[in-house]
Amino acid sequence: MITDQITPPISAPPIPMSEPEEPYLTIRPSKGWVAPGLKELWKYRELLYFLTWRDVKVRYKQTVVGVAWAIIQPLMTMVVFSLFFGQLAKIPSDGVPYPIFSLAALVPWTFFATGLASCSGSLVGSANLIKKIYFPRLIIPLAAVFSGVIDFSVAFVILILMMLAFGIVPTLNIIWLPFFLLLAFVTALGVGLWLTALNVQFRDIQYIIPFLVQFWMFATPIAYPSSLIKNELAHTLYGVNPMVGVVEGFRWALLGTNTAPGPIIIISTLVALAILTSGMYYFRRMEKTFADVA
Amino acid sequence: MGDIAVRVQGLSKQYRIGKQESSRNFREVLTDALYAPFRRTAGLLRGNASAAANLNETFWALKDVSFEIKKGDVVGIIGRNGAGKSTLLKILSRISEPTEGQVDIYGRVGALLEVGTGFHAELTGRENIYLNGAILGMSREEIRRKFDEIVTFAEVEKFIDTPVKHYSSGMGLRLGFAVAAHLEPEILIVDEVLAVGDAAFQKKCLGKMGEVAGEGRTVLFVSHNMPSISVLCSSCILLEYGSVSAIGNTSLITHRYLSSQSDLVSGKVSLTDVKRAGSGQIRITAIKITSPDQNDVIYPNDTVNITIQYKLSNEYNGGKVDFGIEVADFYGSKLMTCSTQFTGEHFMNMLPEATVSCTIANLPLVPGVYLSSAWCAINGVAVDRIENFTEFTVSENDFYGTGKLPNARKHGPFLVKNKWELIREAIVE
Repeated sequence: MITDQITPPISAPPIPMSEPEEPYLTIRPSKGWVAPGLKELWKYRELLYFLTWRDVKVRYKQTVVGVAWAIIQPLMTMVVFSLFFGQLAKIPSDGVPYPIFSLAALVPWTFFATGLASCSGSLVGSANLIKKIYFPRLIIPLAAVFSGVIDFSVAFVILILMMLAFGIVPTLNIIWLPFFLLLAFVTALGVGLWLTALNVQFRDIQYIIPFLVQFWMFATPIAYPSSLIKNELAHTLYGVNPMVGVVEGFRWALLGTNTAPGPIIIISTLVALAILTSGMYYFRRMEKTFADVA
Repeated sequence: MGDIAVRVQGLSKQYRIGKQESSRNFREVLTDALYAPFRRTAGLLRGNASAAANLNETFWALKDVSFEIKKGDVVGIIGRNGAGKSTLLKILSRISEPTEGQVDIYGRVGALLEVGTGFHAELTGRENIYLNGAILGMSREEIRRKFDEIVTFAEVEKFIDTPVKHYSSGMGLRLGFAVAAHLEPEILIVDEVLAVGDAAFQKKCLGKMGEVAGEGRTVLFVSHNMPSISVLCSSCILLEYGSVSAIGNTSLITHRYLSSQSDLVSGKVSLTDVKRAGSGQIRITAIKITSPDQNDVIYPNDTVNITIQYKLSNEYNGGKVDFGIEVADFYGSKLMTCSTQFTGEHFMNMLPEATVSCTIANLPLVPGVYLSSAWCAINGVAVDRIENFTEFTVSENDFYGTGKLPNARKHGPFLVKNKWELIREAIVE
């Protein structure tokens, strides 16, 4: 064997003498907090589109009633709530028929709850992708929440039909609805980012989520109006739960209840943004370990 | 300069691994299961995430790896399992982050660590092409433009609107590779994806990759398949225990790799520790397998020599002595037996301590790792037997002169010369 023709491994890094060209990409260990990388995210927007599209397409494959599931869930909950809270417990409903009162909250709530749940499980569910190919990891939880928009739209149409059946015409404030939907989106994504990143390392999270969603539902004025809280300050502070802002916003925009955007919405928005920003940074910080631990 | 495609400097990667668990009895497992949540929660509260996950031990999958790859080079990365090939690939393709060091990449990278990444069984072939293309980094417009070409390459025209779950595994693989093959990165990183698929498709893939290389693109190719490495790559990087042990010309590096692999052929086997059967009137004391050029690398079709040293005990009082060597594959199925019982070369007048030698002409085994056993018998009754006394490796060479070799698991363990011709005579009815 002619070993002398084998060049020994380069021991010292070569000094780039005259390198006119900038590297297209430099890979080096990241330290501490990392920027969210929104520019790169924008570059990969088509992948976000395709992953969302896949989730939507696959969600109701091999089911009998298909997308009707998006309606059945909030509708059945509405029936149960109307029976127990509306009829038996006689909970007030801001002067709106109780079924509509609860459905107007259940539709955005279902969007939030499914978005949160699928977002939290998204990274672990996509472990095979994460381990095999690079792309901005933020796309995975983003697509998980985005794909809920279709379900929301279907449920929303039913909500409007139900309202018309009850003789309620949406108020003009409906133009503000996208903002409240966005608020629900931001909250689901923000909390989901925290949970999905944590879930990669600690699978305990997947057992916490059902509880969390359940507790959160009762902490949100879905079965009852927030006006039950008489103390002005306490009522405003209730907005710390961003879903309070979302639900009351929906009711105000659609049903014209007297929960017009005020301090609650401001607090809810600020809290939601804080959760999203912190979640994004935490996610980016943990991102480098995903492929090794997932 | 400006002709560098990839520059790796001092690259290291450390993994945390769980502590090796010694075997524990049921009670210990149970008490540990009860205490662990508290211990881990305490660890977490102290801000020590790896203690919480019980990951205390670390190891370096890569240590201080440096090399440069020029533009247009097709470079093979070889090494044993666990040498760090996959880790290196994962870092270069940005899937995993290095612990130390830096990589500069001059060009758009396309990484292909798996065929059909992100395929969804419920989606049709058409939908999966778009999805997979997007995952690999193609734009929708790019996929639309290459769509027909991809479908033709994958040979799935008829089933393009069938959900992939109804595809045969071969069709799925073809489709996956077809999408990947139409990526147009400046630097292509490919893991051992050619190990799958049927021979015809493998050839097609090799051809396509050769084309890619011919277009002046830089290719990094990880494989265990030495024939395809030899066909495709001009130079190789040999990794050993997470470090670069050699860089250079492909044939030199592959040869070095193969000979390093066969230090498994220890030559000297300590037989004193081996559990023995038989009465022990004759004891085998040493066994040695040698290749023709004495350098311990055995190739298919080599003439291999096996020597068995023995010692007679006092109890031996004459009789016809037979020796035998058995070869089994790595999974334990016996492949062949060479024995004086069959050749008729029985030994009658034994020296008290001597060596017998067996020569196997034209070893007909495909490259791989084999186990051998040896025995001896007096008058047809076994007196000593050593099961699987050593493993030996048959290395890859170009047996057929075509760069292609059968694969033991797929095509069977034997390699024989064969010749084909077309008989140009009309078949007479």
